[in-house]
Order: sequence, then C-alpha cells, then structure tokens
Amino acid sequence: MSKPKRIIELNPHGIALLSGDEAIALAALHCGVTLGTGYPGTPSTEILETFADLGGNAQWAPNEKVAAEVALGVAFASGRTLLTMKHVGLNVAADVLFTAAYSGVTGGYVLVCADDPGMASSQNEQDTRRYAVAAGVPMLEPSDSQEAYDFTGLAFEISERWQIPVILRVTTRVCHSHSSVHPHRKFTEPLKPGFVRNIPERVMVPAHARPAHRRLRKKLAEIEEWNVENGPNWTIPGSENLGLIASGVAAMHALEAAPEAALLKLGMTHPLPMKLIRDFAANYKRCVAIEEGDPYLNDALRAAGIALEPRLESYRFGELNVNRVRHLLAGGEEPQTTPPRGKPPQLCEGCPHRSTFSVLKELDCIVAGDIGCYTLAAMPPLQAMDTQICMGASIGVGLGMRHTLPEEQARRVVSVIGDSTFLHSGVTGLIEMAYNTPATGHVVIIVDNGITAMTGLQEHPGTGRALDHSRAGRVVPEEIARALGIPNVQVFNPVKELDRFKQELQCALESGMLSVFVARQPCILAFGKIKAYEKAIAETAGDCACAQPVAE
Amino acid sequence: MEAINIKIAGLGGMGVLSASHVLAETLFLAGYDVKKAEVHGMSQRGGSVASDIRFGTRILSPMIPVGEVDFLLALAPEWVDLHRAELRPTGRLLTPDSVAGLANSRSLNVALLGALSRFLLIPETVWHAALAKAFPEKLHASNLAAFQLGREGKGPHLQ
Repeated sequence: MSKPKRIIELNPHGIALLSGDEAIALAALHCGVTLGTGYPGTPSTEILETFADLGGNAQWAPNEKVAAEVALGVAFASGRTLLTMKHVGLNVAADVLFTAAYSGVTGGYVLVCADDPGMASSQNEQDTRRYAVAAGVPMLEPSDSQEAYDFTGLAFEISERWQIPVILRVTTRVCHSHSSVHPHRKFTEPLKPGFVRNIPERVMVPAHARPAHRRLRKKLAEIEEWNVENGPNWTIPGSENLGLIASGVAAMHALEAAPEAALLKLGMTHPLPMKLIRDFAANYKRCVAIEEGDPYLNDALRAAGIALEPRLESYRFGELNVNRVRHLLAGGEEPQTTPPRGKPPQLCEGCPHRSTFSVLKELDCIVAGDIGCYTLAAMPPLQAMDTQICMGASIGVGLGMRHTLPEEQARRVVSVIGDSTFLHSGVTGLIEMAYNTPATGHVVIIVDNGITAMTGLQEHPGTGRALDHSRAGRVVPEEIARALGIPNVQVFNPVKELDRFKQELQCALESGMLSVFVARQPCILAFGKIKAYEKAIAETAGDCACAQPVAE
Repeated sequence: MEAINIKIAGLGGMGVLSASHVLAETLFLAGYDVKKAEVHGMSQRGGSVASDIRFGTRILSPMIPVGEVDFLLALAPEWVDLHRAELRPTGRLLTPDSVAGLANSRSLNVALLGALSRFLLIPETVWHAALAKAFPEKLHASNLAAFQLGREGKGPHLQ
C-alpha cells in the first residue's frame, strides 16, 4: 500500500456519496486486495484509478488477457485480486476465464466487467451475463453504489469459499451514477500469500481438466443452493396482480415505474436461484422480468417453466429507464422516441490526429481503422476511416483487404492504430504482416499521442509511466517493428512534418515496401499533464541517488 | 417527500460535470438521499453532456424520467430546446439569461447554481461548503461572487 492521495470522507452518519466505480474501489481496499489490474475501458476505468488514489496497489496491463493472467497468478498465490475491464475486454480475457473456472483459485478473484447498454461509449452492447453462463462462474449484479460496495466484498467471500473466479457485472449507470454508501468494512479477512504446490488443480491438461470440469459443476450446484437460501436477493411485497423480477439498475427503474407491484430483486444472477424465483412467480397473476440487453432472465425462466410474460424484442436495444419500464408494463408496441442527441463528439481543436487523417483523405487511402479517439475521423467532415471493429483489428483487416482487392485498390490500403491499441493487440497483427506479407506490401500508421486518450488519459506501456504516473518500463513501438524485420520504419511529427509524412506515405504505397510509420505528437489534452508527470519523476529521481535515467 | 429532479446540460468543457458534482454534494450535505447520473467517456471530445441529479427521502432510478424535470439548467441557449420536452409543465428553466451581468463566463455553471439555490430550501452555508470543497482555493472568491450573483437574481425575470 502506498500513501493515499485521496481519503473518502464520511458524513456524521458514516455515509459517503460515491459512484459505483468508487464504491468498488473502496470495497477492494477494505477487502485487502493485493493487486488490482486491468485495461482502461469506459465505464470501468475509474475503478483502478480510485483504488490507486486510495492507496491500493493497481496497475494497467497491456490488455485484458494479460491482466486476467496476472490476476490469476495473484489468486494462485493466495492473494486477493481485483480485475477490471469493459464488456468487450472480456472477449480478450475470455480464454483465461474459461479455464480459470476449471482450475479454481485460492485467493479471491473478482472480475469486474462493465457493460454499456445503449453504447454510450462502445462498439457493441454485448451482455456479460452470457459469459457467466458460458464460463460457468458465479455473477453478482449491483443496482447502486451501496450494492457495488457490498457485492464486491461478497464476491471475494464467494470466490474464496468455493475457490472460483466471480464476475461482478456492472453497467454504465451503476458505474457512473453517484449514490449513498455506508462503508461498513464487514468483510472476511484475506489469506496469507504463499506457494502451495497443487499440480492436478493448477495444470489443466486433459487428465486434470476432466475431473476439474466435474468439480466446477458441483461448485455451481452448491452455489445455486446457497443463492436460494442466503443469496443477496430480496423481495418487496405488493399487489397480487403483478410480480416483477429484476436485477441491477433495472430493478431501480422497476421499483419507481410500478410502486404497486411486488418485486423480486436478484443480486446473484448466475447461478440463478431458480427455486426462489419459482416460489415468487407462483404468487402473482402476471409476472414480468425487467432487464436490459439480452433476454437472459426471460429465456432462463421460461425454459425452467416459469409463467413469464414474453418480452417484446424492442427492449433488447438500448438502456432501460423509468419511462420504458412503464411502457413495457402497459403492454403493446413500444413508442419510438428519439432521445435528444445534441452535438456529437469530434476530434479536439489542435488534435494531432487531424493532420494525419487529412493526409489519408487527400491520398484517397482505404483506411482500416481501430479503437480510440481517432475513430472520430470516420465522422464528417474528415470521413477518413473505412472500417472499425475491435481493438487491434486494423492491421489484420487491412492485410485481408490487401490480399483480396484488385491491385490498384489494394495499394491504397493502410491500417491506422493508436499507441495504446497497438500495444494492446496490434503487435500480433504486425507479426502477421511480417509473416504473411501481401503481394502489394502494406502500410501501418501508429498514431502515437503518448497516452490512452479516449478513456480519459491513462498510462500504457509506451508512456514509460505506471498507472500512478510514476516511472515504469517503456516499450517503444518502432523498436518492435524493427525487431520484426519491417524494412521501412519511420517516425514523424504529424503536425510539424506533414509534408515529409505525405511524401513518404505516397512513396511507401507506390513501392509496396512493408512500412510502419509512427505519427508521434502528444494528445493536446494530455500535453500539460505529461509534462507535469515527467517533472515529478525527475524531482523524485533527484532525491534518490539510486534512480537510473530511462534511455530514450 | 417526492423526488425533486434537476438536469444540467451543456457542452463538454462548460462545467456541467463540476456543477452537478457541487449540487449533488450540497444536497448530500443537507441530509437528502441523492442520486446523480451522467454519461462520461466522450464528454472530453466536445460533445453534449447532461447530468441528472435527483434528491428526496428515497431515490430509486438514478435517471430522471422524461417529463419529470423540475429544474433545467442549460449552460447555453441551444440546450434549452434540446431538453425542453423533459421538463414538467411546472418545471423551471434556468439559462445564461437568468444570471445576466456575470463578469467571467467560466463561472456560469456556479452562477446558475446560485440561481437554482433560490428555489431550494438549503442553508447558504451548505452551498458554500460544497463549493469550497470542489474547487481549488484560488477560485473560491470568484466562485462565491458568481454564486451570489445568481442567488440574488439580478438577471431578468425567470421563465
């Protein structure tokens, strides 16, 4: 634990007003988490930042899969670990989760996964509840900041009691809404870290994994039983005409939209407490599940033979609110309303990405794009990006187009990827480029603004600074490209050296030489902060005779 | 008591989020159950930002239902039309016109909180405490002045 930068003040009643993200961080601190790790992603980013500010030990990993592996090592060593990511990050980390469910853990392993129904800041609205079922891990769903705090502690308790990873599924409105939290600190004590050899449960070769899968299913059966008897679920009695079943923030909308109805509010939604739900549903003439996203409760409950009113397909899309729940309960088609849209976001005035993309537009490039602020270049007036799918996809997609398009078009294809995104999952794409080189060659442009800008200016391995902005190792993208044998690797300032950048790009496209261009200029929002961080590092190094300067 | 709902709307960088933070903190310090909902993420890229603040005895949904906004604080005139439909028939609109005579437009968010404070039964000292907590010391004097300007209602008659 380092010295806290922030202390959460409580009012005279022992209560603080916290966001869901802050509440999770505070609970992690009170649970004695050894290490928090993850990759930034809205709306989950503030969890680890707050945890670090409160004095917790937290770090950003290059991507969610690595974070999930580091976290697993912590839990194998009997430490408690808090792993955070947004919903799409779990696609990257899924490989770890599915087999960690088999191996089990010793120390508490809590994966906080933040879904974004309505896609306030995401490329899809996938539903993490499906992952809990697919991987076979328990899942808790808080509905406000108090539950975010309570359920984080409960997740560690469940994880250690059944030696299993636990998902804490949150959504944008839980992460970013503020509400009262009474931080009671009533959590179980962490274990003492230490190595215990257990090859049959830690080495998942088929001979070990077969019994491990049976153990997992047995654990889930026990957890379901516990969830029925003692799970974090509660009932509000109401009219015999209407019984509602809900979890997460949807339960709050439901309570407000139908105060006369009875409500079964589920805190643990995998494994579902089916007996509890069945007993509840039997009491009401009409029973409706209120949920955002996929019809997870609807499908599971109806498959179990519970007489649930079917949900209209329109409620699969977007986030719920009180008005939509009222419509849902009134029945009939949902009225199509367009919420106020206002002004869409755009690349900042003075953003270095603007010059880079203006060149790509001028040269009529076919641009395979990626995830970050620069995706805004796809919008008018630039409209200089042609594809965007997921983290790191720009390079693979660009290569696939090069392999397939008629030569004249293939020669215009470039892949554009940000610095943090490149280190997250672009490196393997670059290996593919060096290995399966298209006949027309290829050009990758790394738009390096020196920070993870989109999610709110987080550090990454390329910045040379840790999550708390102290000195860390530094990974240099152009050195990776050179090490892979890419013949034409150049670094430009996209603002000051625009002409040279344009000439070299034209030349690379025509020659077909494999090229990696790094367009390096700090994010305009981060510029002052980066200077301040570096100044602070230099001052600290001055105080400490053993500190070594980091080579450029 | 029934929930009272306040929406603050504007553009990223106008101070929507800091105003909603001060307001929520004030209501919390005054002893109410408070919920505040806002969508972060794209707000730094110059897009629209809106924040919902609800307070009362017990608040359920963190988001204000459409048509139930009691006070709409619009930091620029274009956000009035965008959110007008969300106001209750009896809802009040507070715009830059409500705080005419403001010396520094960067304090508009705080001045609008001053204008709002006339309608909420919260001791002035609580507002001052929340403002002092939320901003660096060098801004305290100018914030206090902007808050007073809004609170004293020197601007045109409120709509």
